Amino acid sequence: MSTTVDTLHHEEHHDHKPSGITRWLFTTNHKDIGTLYLWFSFLMFLIGGSMAMVIRAELFQPGLQLVEPHFFNQMTTVHGLVMIFGAVMPAFTGLANWLVPMMIGAPDMALPRMNNWSFWILPFAFIILLSSLFMEGGGPAMGWTFYAPLSTTYSNDSTALFVFSVHIMGISSIMGAINVIVTIMNLRAPGMTYMKMPMFVWTWFITAFLLIAVMPVLAGAVTMVLTDKYFGTSFFDASGGGDPVMFQHIFWFFGHPEVYIMILPSFGIISAIIPTFTRKKLFGYSSMVYATASIAILSFLVWAHHMFTTGMPVVAELFFMYCTMLIAVPTGVKIFNWVATMWRGAMSFETPMLFALAFVILFTIGGFSGLMLAITPVDFQYHDTYFVVAHFHYVLVTGAIFSVMAAVYYWLPKWTGHMYDETLAKFHFWASVISVNVLFFPMHFVGLAGMPRRIPDYSVQFADINQIVSIGGFAFGLSQLIFLWVVIKCARGGEKAAAKPWEGAEGLEWTIPSPAPYHTFEKPPKIEG
Amino acid sequence: MAQQSNNRKIIFRLLLGVAGMFAFGFALVPLYNAFCDATGFNGRTKNEAVAYTASHVDKSRTVTVQFLTHNAKGMPWQFKPDIKEVHVHPGEVKLVTFYAANPTARRMVAQAVPSIAPAEASLYLNKIECFCFNQQPLAANTDAEMPVQFYLDPEIPEHITTLTLSYTLYDMTADANATTVAQTTTSE
Repeated sequence: MSTTVDTLHHEEHHDHKPSGITRWLFTTNHKDIGTLYLWFSFLMFLIGGSMAMVIRAELFQPGLQLVEPHFFNQMTTVHGLVMIFGAVMPAFTGLANWLVPMMIGAPDMALPRMNNWSFWILPFAFIILLSSLFMEGGGPAMGWTFYAPLSTTYSNDSTALFVFSVHIMGISSIMGAINVIVTIMNLRAPGMTYMKMPMFVWTWFITAFLLIAVMPVLAGAVTMVLTDKYFGTSFFDASGGGDPVMFQHIFWFFGHPEVYIMILPSFGIISAIIPTFTRKKLFGYSSMVYATASIAILSFLVWAHHMFTTGMPVVAELFFMYCTMLIAVPTGVKIFNWVATMWRGAMSFETPMLFALAFVILFTIGGFSGLMLAITPVDFQYHDTYFVVAHFHYVLVTGAIFSVMAAVYYWLPKWTGHMYDETLAKFHFWASVISVNVLFFPMHFVGLAGMPRRIPDYSVQFADINQIVSIGGFAFGLSQLIFLWVVIKCARGGEKAAAKPWEGAEGLEWTIPSPAPYHTFEKPPKIEG
Repeated sequence: MAQQSNNRKIIFRLLLGVAGMFAFGFALVPLYNAFCDATGFNGRTKNEAVAYTASHVDKSRTVTVQFLTHNAKGMPWQFKPDIKEVHVHPGEVKLVTFYAANPTARRMVAQAVPSIAPAEASLYLNKIECFCFNQQPLAANTDAEMPVQFYLDPEIPEHITTLTLSYTLYDMTADANATTVAQTTTSE
């Protein structure tokens, strides 16, 4: 490993960069790689989104109209996989690449060549996964949770491709996580103590440890599925002494921390944006750090709340119910701190702030429906209904994805050197926030009324609500094209952005010019106070 | 270069963590089995013969034991309990039989996998003899009575008044032919 930070200093002192495709293929620059991750994630967001459009089009009316049930199952499955592993996680990794070095005063990520690898294996993972949709028998259709025996006894021939693509995604995430941890531990500018790091850096630091703890467990789970299906093992096969319920335990041991992997970086983003546009310091910084760490630790103790209906002993159900409810405490601390930051602040409502405010309100709705689901006895009614779908889309779309959009608007002037079109951006915000609620809010009711998830047909009494939901879905999907337009327009030109385009912004990234030069902080900055 | 060696140290530790967690994923399998055996979690029972060790027969209580049978997917046998339920005193030894018939024109091998509900009760149901301990072969177009001899531990909690013993019958013919696989499954 010859490419250390020191040699980089000697090699490329100027702002020149290689041109053409090779710049992107061979780049070890954290900003280039961050850009690649973000564009990749947006592409995946559109692909996963178009699958959601297929789902909503089929569910527009009761009965089977457009697609075969088997294809519908592939759509729900691959929509989930693409959105989680292709859109949300790479978006956060892209933001970490762009921002973590600039926020801690480092010249680049600590392991730039590994950084290149961790991005460039990702497209292959998704080419494998998406191409399986076009193969004989189709792609994975067992739900993104790939419960055994759906993924073993009853799955398509393409299951091996699904397994390998998940392996590659896992390796990519683990490499990204290692890079973030090493960068944060070793490349902080002198004087940047842990308790002075911006919240985004803190939340990503903790997220990276979660990734290292659970992505290998996911790799183990898919490997067991692979050997059960193709090599005659019986991890999940009762006739061979295995147990299909054990699959769910192993899967959710990964799956629940995964939920926090997809939301902790959002907390960091919101903790950066709200103080800027309220022109106040973040309320309760250290309590934010401890709350994030407690959420991460608790996330390992709640996995079986996904499995209340598998017939667990009452004692176990109570344990997992109480632990789950306990998570509401540190999360409540965070919501409280954000509201307290806004209290009596000089607030202004630029687009990043609008998305951040929508995040606080709508994520809290998702949190509350999560608390309802945590109550064991009522979960027996809610389990596997659209209520669950409504819940996790509130936390993932209006939570994670809204925070990514807030982050893009907030740091776009720094990345491109131009201000984005504020009018168009506000239009994007209002179109998104209205349509997303038309899309997901009625799902609560249709779920409580008993409509099961992942089924291509439904009973006629759900028809009206499903029509409203589908219209919201199409509107939300189309609204994202405005987002694409704003970003392209901003990248191509616009009003010149100052080094610190937001009056109330704080942090090292605002001390460097906009657009951020190709190489920054080759000499570490001095941190005062 | 202190930076570089420091980087390596952290990378090494993190990779160790990754390898450890990968191993932990697989270690969950025996851990889960041990946990289930110890607590009766998930209704699994000790699938092995137990000698009769009850200290007394508790005549003051009667527990209803119900029997259920299921055929796994693709299993063509007829399989049912001869009696649907029995009433036993804790500590009392009972013998019940199940009827199995192979209607096909070929010799088949089956394996029954038991499960008990409520899961808590699985710790107190002891089988002295059971057809589920071994694979059961049946020649073409033959049938058999398959016995289960069991007793309930007198320590069984008061609130358990009914328990269900359910068997799922799996077709193991293919595996029994591939002897190596069959060896490992019967020893489970």
